Amino acid sequence: MASQQLTVVGGGLVGAAIAYGAARVGVQVRVLDQGDVAFRASRGNFGLVWVSSKGGGMPRYARWTYDAAKLWPTLHQELLDVTGVDSGLLQPGGFWLGFSEAEVAARAELLEKIDREAGGIPFQMMEPSELKNYLPDLGPAVVGGSFGPIDGHANPLMLLRALHKGLREKGADVVTGIDVEKINYAEAGGRFDVFSTDGQQWSSDRVVLAAGIGNARLAPQVGLHAPIVVTRGQVLITERLKRFLEYPTNKCRQTREGSVQIGSTSEDVGLDDGTTPEKIEWLARRAVATFPALARARLVRAWGALRPLTPDGYPIYQASRTCPGAYLATCHSGVTLASAHCLVLGPWVGGVTDIPLEFDVFSSDRFTGPKASFSHGH
Amino acid sequence: MATEPLFSIPQSTGMETVTITFEGKALTVPAGINVAAALLVGGAHEFRTSVVGQVPRAPYCMMGVCFECLVEIDGVPARQSCLVEVRDGMQIKRQSGAVDLDGTNFGENHD
Repeated sequence: MASQQLTVVGGGLVGAAIAYGAARVGVQVRVLDQGDVAFRASRGNFGLVWVSSKGGGMPRYARWTYDAAKLWPTLHQELLDVTGVDSGLLQPGGFWLGFSEAEVAARAELLEKIDREAGGIPFQMMEPSELKNYLPDLGPAVVGGSFGPIDGHANPLMLLRALHKGLREKGADVVTGIDVEKINYAEAGGRFDVFSTDGQQWSSDRVVLAAGIGNARLAPQVGLHAPIVVTRGQVLITERLKRFLEYPTNKCRQTREGSVQIGSTSEDVGLDDGTTPEKIEWLARRAVATFPALARARLVRAWGALRPLTPDGYPIYQASRTCPGAYLATCHSGVTLASAHCLVLGPWVGGVTDIPLEFDVFSSDRFTGPKASFSHGH
Repeated sequence: MATEPLFSIPQSTGMETVTITFEGKALTVPAGINVAAALLVGGAHEFRTSVVGQVPRAPYCMMGVCFECLVEIDGVPARQSCLVEVRDGMQIKRQSGAVDLDGTNFGENHD
């Protein structure tokens, strides 16, 4: 079989993972990346590899997330072998921590529902006395928590760097500084022409839209629909501290280098990736309530970043019906899902494997029609 | 340890000075300068050891950005010495690796 050529629009975590996944199985890949001037969600990701509580309204997404967490060690090891870059993966399990009995009860109910509906997503509820066996510095404000045994964390920036280096190692063509404006599908030859704002043009058999927020504008040009809004996440980071936190939590995590990352907010503020004193204070208070020793840590930075979100919070993965060879991939959790994007989506959009099982639920068709009303679960 | 300084401050008569201590050694330095500058003039080459590799570090940016100049000042760990003004009697020690939240006296006089 002659190798197909694939153009991936977007070189962030989603695009780079898919592109690397296609390149590693022999597809000729080109990535068109806007570069670091873009609203790179990859830079704002909190870095959790997280299964717990994902997919309460869509069991297939819970399963997809679980599979991704299971595949992560494979991706991590391969990137380390191929590129020498360590994506920083640690998967000791992770904790969600609650401040009220009602919150903890709702959590238990949600995790039970997901476990039942998705066919086995393990979790364990814990009282503070048990939590302290794992998190000895836990504060009295925490009244209960849950443990997800395959949850973990990674370094989003190192992951992005590893994927880009891996793409070069696999012979992919990564073009940066490209603002894609237009995509034409020529039915006669079944090929796509991609045009940038600076007048360049590329041609390929297949095209994947992984442009984050940019997907909303590009998708209709190839018969796809990408209703995407953005949320802003603000994150704080402390100076490097001696290890006191062995497990990532939903409130903060200590990186392998020792910094404690505190996050994050989820705000609807349009295309504003700034920070606000109110949210910084809220994040800091919450972190100190969780681990009182953090009151003595110095913060060194705060930042905001925009992350794409669909109306129900779940990803869209879809092949175009009207322009065969065009695909849409958009999601909120670019770190958690990186392994599945690489090892499962990459070969699919590259034409090497069939569509993954029960993937129709990820179609954006769910946002059209009379029943389309949503509240997202992130 | 302190050796021949790479930096010096032009002497002028009547300049006000303060005495600070770095790793037990007294240094008389001009008043009003920052701790990093004072230590460099005093011949200090190793301000801290790095967190991951435990190798020596010294000031780099001198403007509060790089966090290479961290020292312990009057018992408070990991202070950016380029941003703190010298004060008479100040006790300064090397910062050894990362801050330990549990094992440190953080002092009361954060300025």
